[in-house]
Amino acid sequence: MSTRPSSADWSTDFDHLDPRWAENPYPIWDELRQKCPIAHTERFQGAYFPSRYEDVRAIAYDTEHFSSRRPVVREVRPPLIPAPPITSDPPDHRPAKQILLPAFTPEAIARHEPCTREICRELLGRIGDSKRCDGAVEYSQEIPVRVIAHMLGVPEQDGNLFRKWIKEVLEIGITDFAVLMRAQGEMIGYFAEKIAARRARPEDDLICYLVNVRVEDRPLTDDHINGTLRLLLIAGIDTTWSAIGSCLWHLAQHADDRRRLTAEQDLMNSAIEEFLRAYAPVTMAREVVKETQIAGCTFKTGHMVLLSFPAANRDPAMFPDADRVILDRVQNRHATFGLGIHRCVGSNLARMEIRVALTEWLARFPEFRLDPDAPTTWSMGTVHGPRELPLLLGA
Amino acid sequence: MLSCLSVREHPGKSAGMSATKILKVRVDRERCQGHARCFALAPELFELDQFGNGRERGDGTVPTALEDKARLAQANCPEMAVEIIEE
Repeated sequence: MSTRPSSADWSTDFDHLDPRWAENPYPIWDELRQKCPIAHTERFQGAYFPSRYEDVRAIAYDTEHFSSRRPVVREVRPPLIPAPPITSDPPDHRPAKQILLPAFTPEAIARHEPCTREICRELLGRIGDSKRCDGAVEYSQEIPVRVIAHMLGVPEQDGNLFRKWIKEVLEIGITDFAVLMRAQGEMIGYFAEKIAARRARPEDDLICYLVNVRVEDRPLTDDHINGTLRLLLIAGIDTTWSAIGSCLWHLAQHADDRRRLTAEQDLMNSAIEEFLRAYAPVTMAREVVKETQIAGCTFKTGHMVLLSFPAANRDPAMFPDADRVILDRVQNRHATFGLGIHRCVGSNLARMEIRVALTEWLARFPEFRLDPDAPTTWSMGTVHGPRELPLLLGA
Repeated sequence: MLSCLSVREHPGKSAGMSATKILKVRVDRERCQGHARCFALAPELFELDQFGNGRERGDGTVPTALEDKARLAQANCPEMAVEIIEE
């Protein structure tokens, strides 16, 4: 990736894999909103980048011209690899999503809260009285992987394998087609085995639920079940891991917010919404399947759209003082979980995990800061969050 | 678009107002995508169906004491699906 030609003009040659974009995209997006709200690049075989909330919203709502069948902007267009419902368009989308929704309502998710709390406490117990730790590696990355493993019914000891696949599918696989296809193949094989095992011996988990569920009296195909399981695994892990990490990264640098959040427990929910807005982890993609115009810009068939909910969330036309984190922001219609029919199916799960993770962390470590001698490192590409977050613990 | 939000002040509370308006909330079922913000912010006024989509409780009437919460729910719906109707 180091050999990529550097972008000279973000408006006509944007590159979200450019290290400058990965590290601090906010000034770039501000400039684009002023100069060229819908940028384009010939990279990635042609892609658009809308930076304003209203345009991101318009595209997310327009399923006629913009397909979800390729949910990631990649260097090449791989064969379609369905993972319903995220890759589904109407009319297939609705039934594929309806199947999952009952398992992810706030009420259903509340049943996983005690287990999440236990995981957080165990991880904090392991950090113990250390004076330093890596908030990403030792804490945030471990929480969602264990919770989703528990929900799906796969061993949480396979966490390293899951994280390897995620890096291969969402990071390395953006530019390396062979790595992407190999990871997809490994995941398909992994879940094919689990599906067969559930057919032989039922368990009380999501895999078994998907094996048994009927849509209009018909069971799902194995391809459908496998795709949905791969989606839940990938989407359930590094998104929330990134979100929790970004919260800790912010709090490590803002003593005022940290102390306020510790003192005012009532603030937690609006603070989480604000962290979600300011540090939205997920950027999705659409493929233009029918030429159209948005905000006077022609979207040509066959090009991709980098659909950046993080950029929408920093649009000052929608969020006054968009670059400031305001824990008690009153109006916050952030797009972090998407807008329109593809609203993240796991949004209630993510919110629960973030809330429990932060509450438990602050109860154990009310004081912490970034380690000045060790840098924070960030993921690249589809999901944005700290991958190494060295912290000094205690006052 | 944003400036009209008034969460802290609302009509009806000031002593001089004579005509009592009834506020009602309504969730536009077509727009709602189940973000569940209304339910999180004002569970007294909203409920969720089995798929997690929001709807107003009962006929949506908002008691005076809950008007702030109703406006908060409206202001935080990403799909702009929460409506407040004055009758």
